[in-house]
Amino acid sequence: MKEFAYVRAGSVEEATSAYASHTGARYLAGGTNLVDLMKLGVEAPAALIDVTRLPLDTVEELPGGALRVGAMVRNSDLAAHPLVRDRYPALSQAVFAGASGQLRNAATTGGNLLQRTRCPYFQDLSKPCNKREPGSGCGARDGVHRDHAVLGHSAHCIATHPSDMAVALTALDGRVELAGPEGARSVAAADFHRLPGDRPEQDTEIRPGELVTGVVLPAATAGLPSAYRKARDRASYAFALASVAVVLRLEDGVVGHAGVAFGALAHRPWRARRAEEALLGAAPTRAAFEHAADLELDAAQPLRDNAYKVPLARNLAVDVLSRLTDTALTGRAS
Amino acid sequence: MGNLQHHSRTTLRVNGKPHTLTVDHRRVLLDLLREDLGLTGAKKGCDHGQCGACTVLVDGRRVNSCLLFAVALDGCEVTTVEGLFGDGEEPHPLQRAFLERDAFQCGYCTPGQICSAAGVLAEAAAGHPSHVTDPVAPSGEPVPLDREEIRERLSGNLCRCGAYPRIAEAVEDVIP
Repeated sequence: MKEFAYVRAGSVEEATSAYASHTGARYLAGGTNLVDLMKLGVEAPAALIDVTRLPLDTVEELPGGALRVGAMVRNSDLAAHPLVRDRYPALSQAVFAGASGQLRNAATTGGNLLQRTRCPYFQDLSKPCNKREPGSGCGARDGVHRDHAVLGHSAHCIATHPSDMAVALTALDGRVELAGPEGARSVAAADFHRLPGDRPEQDTEIRPGELVTGVVLPAATAGLPSAYRKARDRASYAFALASVAVVLRLEDGVVGHAGVAFGALAHRPWRARRAEEALLGAAPTRAAFEHAADLELDAAQPLRDNAYKVPLARNLAVDVLSRLTDTALTGRAS
Repeated sequence: MGNLQHHSRTTLRVNGKPHTLTVDHRRVLLDLLREDLGLTGAKKGCDHGQCGACTVLVDGRRVNSCLLFAVALDGCEVTTVEGLFGDGEEPHPLQRAFLERDAFQCGYCTPGQICSAAGVLAEAAAGHPSHVTDPVAPSGEPVPLDREEIRERLSGNLCRCGAYPRIAEAVEDVIP
């Protein structure tokens, strides 16, 4: 590992100005991904700006019923928070479906969003990877790609985003709050991560020097039935092969609102807009759910060894929609 | 020694005792414990946060010490397997249970398993649910730990000998 300078920031302003004054700086939060990437040689920052002591470690209710989660709230505290569990169950479930107890105790909300792909070619300096070294090629496309993308991939990159949390945030219409040299702004969670295109090195819409300061969960999806389901190789402590987050509201016997997002299918959490449009106003039947999922997954372009993801994701979505319908109709979880 | 810009004075309380060291910023907590303080209970398994052999408690919460830069922990309280039983002669109930259940073969993962289990007990008592907790369980109340809960909550601690059944039994033995 290369030597680096270390700065502990006491405020967001201190953090962003320290970042600006150090060439090759990176923000350090929980470190569960960044420190690993530094050990692997994928990241070699000249300076770390430690943001873990910033006063962004609370979950607070906003006027109007939204909920703001500070960027430094640890994943375990986010998932266990009574307001998150009660109002946004899909988010709590998604976070608890990821990583291990030790990692969730260290990892932060902001860091979870900014974690890098676990594509083995990205993590291995001896292999080509356009995300790690633009122009070097993609080793995965004709290599080992069972875990890779089936939607929205490009000739340059077929990596998936590994976060469970971000999938739930996307379905729940969350927003990501940012602070940077040009001030503060917020971006819809669904638009925060990018598709790879010809710039796979850029995972998100974050600008140089910007810091994630929090995420906001809207009042509109608070308290609606929502759930997250993840398929993986082991029952615990594994990245998703496919996952889905769904939030559902029924009105007068038909779907009044549906938020659906898939995980592990694309370079970003995949907001299933076509499926949502098909569901809106439809009777909540299994046939309607299957039709909606098929419409969305029609766009899939599986690679040699990952076509299994398409029916897997379809079945996950149909199952979660069906269970949430039972919840909405009976008032209790099935 | 490298450039001073790459080192910092850092104070940690480890098992109740303060230690002030000048650390290379690259020093992770695991290496500081083992190399600088001679506390070799926490083990280096994968060194990438995947196996859990390096698990210790920082400010009472279980974490992978291989992924934490020591400089970032200035002022923190660290508890290793050596410090779990405090100053007394008696082992911690978890250590006793692991002995009684013979909950290991080679023993390399054991300090991490025990520190992680200590964290699990505290988390469940504080009302933290898990992936397998009934979603309608009331928020904030202590979560009862059955076999399924223990297995899920300890999934970040690998045992390549496969002593999992007895590890789960040992943890069950100490559930209040």
